[in-house]
Amino acid sequence: MLDTNHTVEVPEGIELNLPLAGPVVRSLAFMIDMAIRIGVYFVIGTIFGVMGRFGGGLFLIFIFLLEWAYPILFEIYNQGATPGKKMMGIKVVNDDGTPITWGPSIVRNLLRAADAFPVFYLVGLISMMIHHQFKRLGDLAAGTLVIHKNSYTPSGSLQNEKPQQAPVNLTLEEQRAILHFGERSHQLSEARNHELADILSPILEGKDAKERMSNIVSMANWFRGRR
Amino acid sequence: MRQEEFEKQYTSIWQESEQLFNQFDSRSERKKLDQETLNQLPNLYRALCHSLAIAKERQYSPYLIEYLDNLVLRGHQILYSKRTYLLYKIIHFVAHGFPSEIQKQKLLFWMSMLIFFGPSLILLTLTILNPDLVYSIVPPNQVSQIESMYDPEASVLGRERESDSDFYMFGHYIWNNIGIGFRTFATGILFTMGSIFFLTFNGLFFGAISAHIINIKYTSTFFPFVIGHGSFELTAIVICGMAGIKLGWSIIAPGNLTRLDSLKLATEKAVLLVYGAALFLLIAAFIEAFWSSSTLLTTTTKYSVGTFLWIFVYVYLLWPRKLVSK
Repeated sequence: MLDTNHTVEVPEGIELNLPLAGPVVRSLAFMIDMAIRIGVYFVIGTIFGVMGRFGGGLFLIFIFLLEWAYPILFEIYNQGATPGKKMMGIKVVNDDGTPITWGPSIVRNLLRAADAFPVFYLVGLISMMIHHQFKRLGDLAAGTLVIHKNSYTPSGSLQNEKPQQAPVNLTLEEQRAILHFGERSHQLSEARNHELADILSPILEGKDAKERMSNIVSMANWFRGRR
Repeated sequence: MRQEEFEKQYTSIWQESEQLFNQFDSRSERKKLDQETLNQLPNLYRALCHSLAIAKERQYSPYLIEYLDNLVLRGHQILYSKRTYLLYKIIHFVAHGFPSEIQKQKLLFWMSMLIFFGPSLILLTLTILNPDLVYSIVPPNQVSQIESMYDPEASVLGRERESDSDFYMFGHYIWNNIGIGFRTFATGILFTMGSIFFLTFNGLFFGAISAHIINIKYTSTFFPFVIGHGSFELTAIVICGMAGIKLGWSIIAPGNLTRLDSLKLATEKAVLLVYGAALFLLIAAFIEAFWSSSTLLTTTTKYSVGTFLWIFVYVYLLWPRKLVSK
């Protein structure tokens, strides 16, 4: 499949699918973080502004922390996501899929300075576009991945039809294809459904596209185990 | 077993784990979980892995697999969180880790010192011989600004100070100097070029300014001012550069490893150097803001304490230690 998934084998003997996040969604997350930081600068600046030179000192320390520690602290204490990342539904994990730890987070955020070189994160963007896991230099050195954090909503439902055995023997993979088609047919237009169903016309008994479609759904019902 | 039966049989386990994960993910709910519920987590995770393996093997519908995949990933994130003993690590690092990390790479350390102090000394000598050379490195308005800062006639040192501006300068030094340190490190990943550039440039700058101060005979204010924090600050910048060069060099000459693996290994070590350097810069900022700038202290005090700090820093870094295994 053409999905940008990265698979990691875990000790339990199965493979985890990590859906990698690309440059666009990451840039958007970065811009949100940037906007938040600018907002905080203004608020803090006004508050510390009335405190004179002492406030000025506090403000500079705060800017320092906001610049370097903001992403680190959020990644550690907010399940791998800065507010921007959280809004875009992405998060940082270690290469082996485990939650991000102090060392890697510090490295990837220190190396931001190299990724931002010379302007507008040019080095980082180029690196992300070249690398097959969308890593910027910081991610390469730290061994981290940015992945989508999909909150799952089951979106497939198979229409009930009278289950019917397939007219020929199908491999597991073929069965799965039919089952998947049955489950997501409601997301496709009727014309597209019929077009796809027509591919199987040589082995189906239905006379027109509509009947063939219901043939396939019946088969899917059978494969799903409804009797 | 057909998918329908399979779902019927295991759905309760899936829902139970999903509920537990949800509780675990929200901070307030997590505290309410008792030990007994938590002890179930590994078993539930195992059961999920089992379900996923079966579902994949039997080619059940992709939606089901995706659902299980997602649950397993969430369980994995919770189960494999790492615990860190932060305080212990910090103390151990300051006492042993940082100096021994430097001592393991003495050659690189001295090379970085050379990259910083070499150009610095050369330019210092040249500028003393030819005073106008300072303007080729430092812009004229900055030169006059520095001149006014260290004018022996002025009552305050460093910059114009009011009573509470020491703290302002403390903030400024943290923001500015530690930022420079971090950048010196990070840009080293570009095949060492960035770190070498920052080291050389800062070295040249420091050399030119020092020579200019000597030329205009402001030494009585400048050197007592810089000697106190210089030990920590200059050494820290060198260490940042050293860490950056280590990164870049690991890509240039990876040895038997792939370049990526070599980079990862080098980074693990290099970042330790940056922790130490950041600590040094923090100390330097403190000294610079509250000690170096003080006009109450005599020059002799400043020189003796400053000398002591230089000796302290290098004894601390280079005194041989037993390499303690972590």
